[in-house]
Amino acid sequence: MAKVCMVRKNAYFDSMFLMQVSRRLEGEPGVERAAVVLATENNKRLLSDLGFSAPEIQAAGPNDLVVALEAETEEVAQGVLGRLDAFLSRRQPEGEALPRTLDAALELLPEANLAVISLPGRYAAPEARAALERNLNVFLFSSGLSVEEELSLKELAHRKGLLLMGPDCGTAIIAGVGLGFANVVRRGRIGAIASSGTGLQEFTTLVHRAGEGISQAIGTGSRDLSDEIRGLSTLVALEVLERDPDTQVIVPISKPPGKKTLGKLLPRLERCEKPVVLCMLGIEPDRITTELPVVETMEEAAAQAVRLVGGSPESSFKDWEKPLAQERARFSRNQRYIRGIFAGGTFCYQAQLILQRQGIEAWSNAPLDPRFALPDPTTSKGHTLVDMGSEEFTEGRPHPMIDPTLRRERILKEAEDEEVAVLLLDFILGHSASPDPVGELLPAIREAKERVASRGGYLCVVASVCGTEEDPQRLSAQVSALERAGVVVLTSSAQAARFAAQLVEGK
Amino acid sequence: MMDNKQLNLHPALETLVSRGPVAVNLGLSSFAEALRAQGAKVLQVDWTPPASGDEELSRLLDKLL
Amino acid sequence: MSEIKERIEQANAEALRGMVTADPVLVDIAPAGEVIPWLADGKKVLHSGPPVTWDRMCGAQRGAVIAMVLFEGWAATPEQAQEMLAAGEVELAPNHHHGAVGPMAGTISPSLPVFVVENRAFGNRAFCRQVEDRQQFGDFSPEALEKLALWREVWAPALRAAVRELGGLPLKPLIARALEMGDELHNRQVAASSLFANAVCVPLLDAGLPKEQAVSTLNMLVNHPVFFLGPAMAAAKATADPAHGIEWSTVVTAMTRNGVEFGIRVSGLGGKWFTAPAPEVNGLLFPGYTKQEAGLDMGDSAITETVGWGGFVLAGAPAILNLVGGTVEEALEYSRKMREITVGESPQFRIPALSFQGTAVGIDIRKVVKTGITPIIDTAIAHREPGHPMIGAGLVRPPLECFQAALKGFAARYGIGG
Repeated sequence: MAKVCMVRKNAYFDSMFLMQVSRRLEGEPGVERAAVVLATENNKRLLSDLGFSAPEIQAAGPNDLVVALEAETEEVAQGVLGRLDAFLSRRQPEGEALPRTLDAALELLPEANLAVISLPGRYAAPEARAALERNLNVFLFSSGLSVEEELSLKELAHRKGLLLMGPDCGTAIIAGVGLGFANVVRRGRIGAIASSGTGLQEFTTLVHRAGEGISQAIGTGSRDLSDEIRGLSTLVALEVLERDPDTQVIVPISKPPGKKTLGKLLPRLERCEKPVVLCMLGIEPDRITTELPVVETMEEAAAQAVRLVGGSPESSFKDWEKPLAQERARFSRNQRYIRGIFAGGTFCYQAQLILQRQGIEAWSNAPLDPRFALPDPTTSKGHTLVDMGSEEFTEGRPHPMIDPTLRRERILKEAEDEEVAVLLLDFILGHSASPDPVGELLPAIREAKERVASRGGYLCVVASVCGTEEDPQRLSAQVSALERAGVVVLTSSAQAARFAAQLVEGK
Repeated sequence: MMDNKQLNLHPALETLVSRGPVAVNLGLSSFAEALRAQGAKVLQVDWTPPASGDEELSRLLDKLL
Repeated sequence: MSEIKERIEQANAEALRGMVTADPVLVDIAPAGEVIPWLADGKKVLHSGPPVTWDRMCGAQRGAVIAMVLFEGWAATPEQAQEMLAAGEVELAPNHHHGAVGPMAGTISPSLPVFVVENRAFGNRAFCRQVEDRQQFGDFSPEALEKLALWREVWAPALRAAVRELGGLPLKPLIARALEMGDELHNRQVAASSLFANAVCVPLLDAGLPKEQAVSTLNMLVNHPVFFLGPAMAAAKATADPAHGIEWSTVVTAMTRNGVEFGIRVSGLGGKWFTAPAPEVNGLLFPGYTKQEAGLDMGDSAITETVGWGGFVLAGAPAILNLVGGTVEEALEYSRKMREITVGESPQFRIPALSFQGTAVGIDIRKVVKTGITPIIDTAIAHREPGHPMIGAGLVRPPLECFQAALKGFAARYGIGG
């Protein structure tokens, strides 16, 4: 052990600061003990007790700094002493800490008008309530709230004239800003209100691709039009679009509402001063009596809305004869089934409808017809269309729009089934989606095709890409990557489903 | 709820749709990043479960605060 | 808002009002037995923290109690004093039960002069003993007792005369200036102590005291940078007491420790203490001392944080930050965080470093439990064993359990079901 000391004259430092310096010196390798103190009488006695009583310490005064070190060797001690100035200078300040609560955030951002909530379901309701009570609109991505909680929150929002988008709301575009999973689309004259996130996404991208734009795209959460919730958020959204000077056409998009809700909603829509195009996936014609135009797919809704503002929609007629024939020719005899592996629940639902119209009954974990509920969501049978974003797949893991793992595995699993002819896939671009949805699944797609080919068959992969050229992933790049891998890409989810249905017709 | 009573929109909703979102984000930070990338003002909350995750206390707090 | 929430909000607003309208004035320095009725007769010693029996007291507090027994002349030797205490011949009680507070061991006995602070806004009084660096850390040596004797015989009577000469010394303006000058009034009182010395200097000389007594007292004041902690704590106690006893209020009106337990009291929950084991102080030790020697958190001085000073205004006293090697950013962050767990702010006490925002006042147990943010306290560290002076200083947080228990206690008391 070596004892070394040093006196620096006229070097006043705050005593608390010096305590910190002493501690840091003691943390240096090889340093047993360190005392960095002003040479007051008390401290000199202390130093003496520790074995430091050199004359220069005795001679020092209360404005002089004494550094006393006990270290393994003389070298270590001198080395540390040599770096004393570094220890005597202050540390760098750390980064700013974030607020921990909604209230703390509002102190820092009092002009906030929206709370975006994607917390675990059981914590989301109280936070949403707190936000509404503080006069914030809410974008509630979280799901798993009870009907009672949702109703109570929406009654509060409705009473206050605030917008509660959700629960289970994945998409909105407000004043040109995308919330949640949204695509980059131009602003324009068409307004939408949707209880389906991916439905809203496809609608907005199709409007954009037709050269028109979106004024506001408001999500309401998947349960809003049920008879329990009675469309409370839809009503607020409707009021917003009616008053919004930019909105010229209003397009509600949803699965069929509850009967009571529909009964009250229709007159309200019919009263609208602006033209309304109702997009109701799978509505039975006899359930709805109205003068308003009613369509069954996002593609048709976009086309009608675009026409109403004086634009021209993308032509929906495609000559499929050749591609159909080419693909069909390559199947082996026993290949007959469609397997849809969807990230977008609405695309899965719509596909079931389209197949049904063509006389094809498909099994699903989110079935149109309860008789065709898949007994085991992880195992397909016959024609099967799976919603991989459904709760049983997303419990405790990211959504398939972000994480490809489960879809990858399912693609390979389907390739093992000798009776599978067609894989039907959706790809969703935009904010918050994965940076390369196509790229993530291409290896699995290629491998699946190879496996089937090695058995002497042919796996036809049919896809649609929901996105625009302005999305970070770039529509054209994603489409080309698919086409280069031999995937047939259609311009909308409805078309992809129709194409798939026609591929297996008569088999 | 679906009566003829006039639904008055809160000023915060009118501001939201006319001037755009000014947001507080509770949850996935990717949502805040996406908002920032679009030039919207957003503040991320470093959220932790209330009552340090104690369910009983959390329920009690819902009634008191 | 629900009826329950409204009641609580209203009660808390009243508690906050109480705290921010306080007008503490130092009116006297009197022997404790004269002004604290419980101490008027019998062998009794008050101590800091929530209630604790002799056998459970920590080493430093025991030492301090022994010192008071010797100071009062109830025993001639430390051994005799210990025997008396073990036999239960001396009654012990918490300062808080008698309108008093004391730093570290906080021991007050009948002949010890205490600061008497009157809250002119409500008429209530609070008492605090003086701050010194030996006996209140558990030192019962003759040197420690000598200093107590000097206080009792020379300095306290002199200051009493000076305060009377002044007709009372309003503390609010002094405190406001000290906060602006970088004090936080718990560990750092340099400015406040100087301002106090300035204020009593002339009255001391005008009071007609013997010259030696006046000089000795001034000398003590001038060389005692933490002197003002005594009046500050009494002022804080006098400020907090009127906020106590408000039905439905969830505001904390006392935070205190005895080296064994940390305890809090809540306005709407009467005299009940909510306690948990005293935490370790996270800080720095003077050269020569190690962590193993440090005692646990002790003292009534957290009364300063209870009214929004001390740790709550670290942003204005960055020098204290060095206690844990912190930065100015961290100090600002502490002060910001305290706003998340308090009812409101003080219009009179403002922090320049935080753009002159008012200090955060009125700790709300609901907000503490909800956010998990506990109040930040900066404090001195005593030795585990009696007989040593202060060995360091640092930051400490009360145990969250105290606030959780208090919240459950609130639900039980006001019949709020789960």
